[in-house]
Amino acid sequence: MAVLNVNGKSMNFTADPRTPLLWVLREQLGLTGTKYGCGIAQCGSCTVLIDGVATRSCQVPLNSVGNRKVMTIEALAASGTLTKLQEAWVKLDVPQCGYCQSGMVMAATALLAAKPQPTDADIDAAMTNICRCGTYQQVREAIHAAAKA
Amino acid sequence: MTIQTPLGRASLRRRNFLVSAAAVAGGFSLGMRLPVGDGPAHAAQVKELNAWVVIHPDDKVVIRIARSEMGQGTLTGLCQLVAEELECDWKNVTWEYPTPGENLKRNRVWKNFSTGGSRGIRESQQYVREGGAMARQMLIAAAAADWKVPASECTASNSVISHPSGKKTTFGAVAAAAAQLEPPKEVKLKDPKGWKIAGKPVNRLDTVDKVTGKQIYGIDLTLPGMLVATVRACPVIGGKLKSFDAGRVEKMPGVKKVFAIDGNAVIVVADTYWNARTALAALPTEWDVGKLGEVQTETINAMLKEGLTATEAFVGNKVGDARTAIDGAAKKVEATYSFPYQHHVTMEPMNATARYTPEQCEVWCGTQNGEAAMAAASEASGLPVAQCDVHKLLLGGGFGRRGRADYVRQAVLAAKQLPGTPVKLIWSREEDMTHCQYHPTTMCKLTGGLDAQGNLVGLHMRISGQSILASLLPQNLQNGMDPVMFQGLAASGVEAAYGYTVPNLLIDHAMRNPHITAGFWRGVNTNQNAVYMESFMDELAEAAGQDPLAFRLKILKPKWADVLKAAADKAGYGKPLPAGHFHGIAQVMGYGSYVAGVAEVSVSADGMLKIHKITAATNCGHVVNPAQIERQVAGSFAYGLSAALYGEITVKDGAVEQTNFDSYNMLRIDEMPKVETVLVPTHDFWGGVGEPTIAVAAPAVLNAIAKATGKRVRNLPLMHHELKKGA
Ligand code: FES
Ligand code: FES
Repeated sequence: MAVLNVNGKSMNFTADPRTPLLWVLREQLGLTGTKYGCGIAQCGSCTVLIDGVATRSCQVPLNSVGNRKVMTIEALAASGTLTKLQEAWVKLDVPQCGYCQSGMVMAATALLAAKPQPTDADIDAAMTNICRCGTYQQVREAIHAAAKA
Repeated sequence: MTIQTPLGRASLRRRNFLVSAAAVAGGFSLGMRLPVGDGPAHAAQVKELNAWVVIHPDDKVVIRIARSEMGQGTLTGLCQLVAEELECDWKNVTWEYPTPGENLKRNRVWKNFSTGGSRGIRESQQYVREGGAMARQMLIAAAAADWKVPASECTASNSVISHPSGKKTTFGAVAAAAAQLEPPKEVKLKDPKGWKIAGKPVNRLDTVDKVTGKQIYGIDLTLPGMLVATVRACPVIGGKLKSFDAGRVEKMPGVKKVFAIDGNAVIVVADTYWNARTALAALPTEWDVGKLGEVQTETINAMLKEGLTATEAFVGNKVGDARTAIDGAAKKVEATYSFPYQHHVTMEPMNATARYTPEQCEVWCGTQNGEAAMAAASEASGLPVAQCDVHKLLLGGGFGRRGRADYVRQAVLAAKQLPGTPVKLIWSREEDMTHCQYHPTTMCKLTGGLDAQGNLVGLHMRISGQSILASLLPQNLQNGMDPVMFQGLAASGVEAAYGYTVPNLLIDHAMRNPHITAGFWRGVNTNQNAVYMESFMDELAEAAGQDPLAFRLKILKPKWADVLKAAADKAGYGKPLPAGHFHGIAQVMGYGSYVAGVAEVSVSADGMLKIHKITAATNCGHVVNPAQIERQVAGSFAYGLSAALYGEITVKDGAVEQTNFDSYNMLRIDEMPKVETVLVPTHDFWGGVGEPTIAVAAPAVLNAIAKATGKRVRNLPLMHHELKKGA
């Protein structure tokens, strides 16, 4: 039996200790908002926050998480209201296919927590997620808009 | 917060919604069958007004959309068109997908499900608008009958019907009565000039779930009792499975079944994807690839090179006598270009879920063509089409890749091994990267003749390389010729015509088909054709000592010229730029639309390329949603520039060498230029938007690089080229 602290709750489940956190979230815990894109920490679709740090969960073995706090996209609007960042995302209609967007939103959430007024260079450095639909321009605008909101 | 299980209500939102539509449609089941047993409480008996429109007593409008949404915004655009004619309140609009099975049962009332070729809106706009207009007339007729006044005296607006006497009612109040009426035989559609919902930059209908992680894509689907499978097909496309040793992995954690399909692939079914994947990685397999194992990128290139000068070629466009004109010209210009295989790389890897019983086969997946997916399910299951159905989910990217149903076939074959059990088949990114139908590879030799005044008197464009139709749809070849090869180069037509007037012109194609499967890749053959033609136009202009824009405008037909001028004007072409910055231009007609781009780039002393800005102009005739068009145009540059900078699939010993994003790179936010979109609609035709612009991305940048460095890059991708001065 394994235990993880996910979105403020202690979760018990069974899984091989080497299973990547991504697949534990998706398959053992049913949190499918976190996406599989590459499995090799290249695309950022699987980004979650671990103790507030944006982390690519496909390369995090379950047994390395310990009692650190994992936060997924599902936790952001758990109270029923969107976060400031999500509001900006909706207002600027950022997603196209949307598949990369959970990872984008989580990476941007971590960025704004660390740098409430990020510059374009900060965005370039922090937002290394791949979006094949090409939402980059709107992602940048939405981060700036959320910073101002 | 409570953790949502895969069967939790929130994650089932869309499906509950679809099921409510199933219930409301009465008599037939529309949308998904509920994977869990709790139907929504509000599933009242509501009859449709017609195939496109259902209105609930609370005024909620459900618009049915047959085309697939994969990020391109077609779903929202089509809903805008229906809502416009319906005169409903946009706030009341929701949507659902009918299934291809229902389409079949209802004599294809929703017509074409296929979503490709930027056709989603332009090919269905007429009949979906008629659907909206008919529904409006029925609602008005029902209100008028109730009020005992002539229908012609009533008007509808914002979901409210009014009569000059002051009587008012809502759509929801009369919808049930309206549904009993005969549909009108004829409807008059609005003049687009008077549009209130269509033509406006309204937000998409599918945004919120994508920002909260609630959107369920195919890969996220969970059904009760479902197992998860993963597949490894022969690394050499066309090769066979020789042997595999199931016994070595059958006892591994979670593994349920290990088997071969189609004589060319092995599948592991387990309780979870991770367990299936782990077992598959440990499964010993041997392949028989025969002579295909000798194919290398070099051998493919040699095959293409031979075609550049071959005597036999299919003629796609011919005016006068190009060869004689070039021979007699004052100046001759010649250049050879090449374009590699490329991969679509949808962010969501291929996947499909299937449940098979001897009586029925159901599939859940993202697909660009629900009907093709259903046909694949029928073929793979051995059941008649009438006993199959496909429940479409939103796509995590399509780009042409999900028009093919190879992954659906595999999922059904897997499910057939476990009758009654839903099986979700997920491809790893590595499987996805190595088993695509790739953007075809071609080479091109261009020869042009200029007279003493620098006028283009003759042009020969010889394309050599792979045909998509020969690979995927050989039945569509015309006497062996693939007309799709000539996208953007066609002699005439409203789809993809050549814009230059050249007195002596020959465009021909020597078909050379390697074993790698070629397929439709967003933009398709306009992509390389525009690289070849638009780069060479700059080479000709340079040889003629003329400005590339002026050189083009002398020979471009009006609609092509107008859009190029619009882009150039907006970009400030010809005006001073910051030091070290250069402009490059390109234009093409594709997918019924006219597009042009201006790239502003600089190349540093040590050869670093920076694409500062793109200015793009589009004339797509009618504009349904300008905000979505802007996003498609910007996205097209992200897609086209990724390909131009990094996109290259190579072949070693018959197999694709690239396996994941570490060996197949793409553009990220730091390299994304600012894209400014200029819409110059002429409101006299319906053109596509999702694809045409991609084709101008690479040539505009290549032309700007040539200006900046004096170096003409003729072979993509750019990452192989040293742009440093003097290198
Ligand atoms: S799936 Fe983890 S970075 Fe791509
Ligand atoms: S929105 Fe489709 S991959 Fe980013």
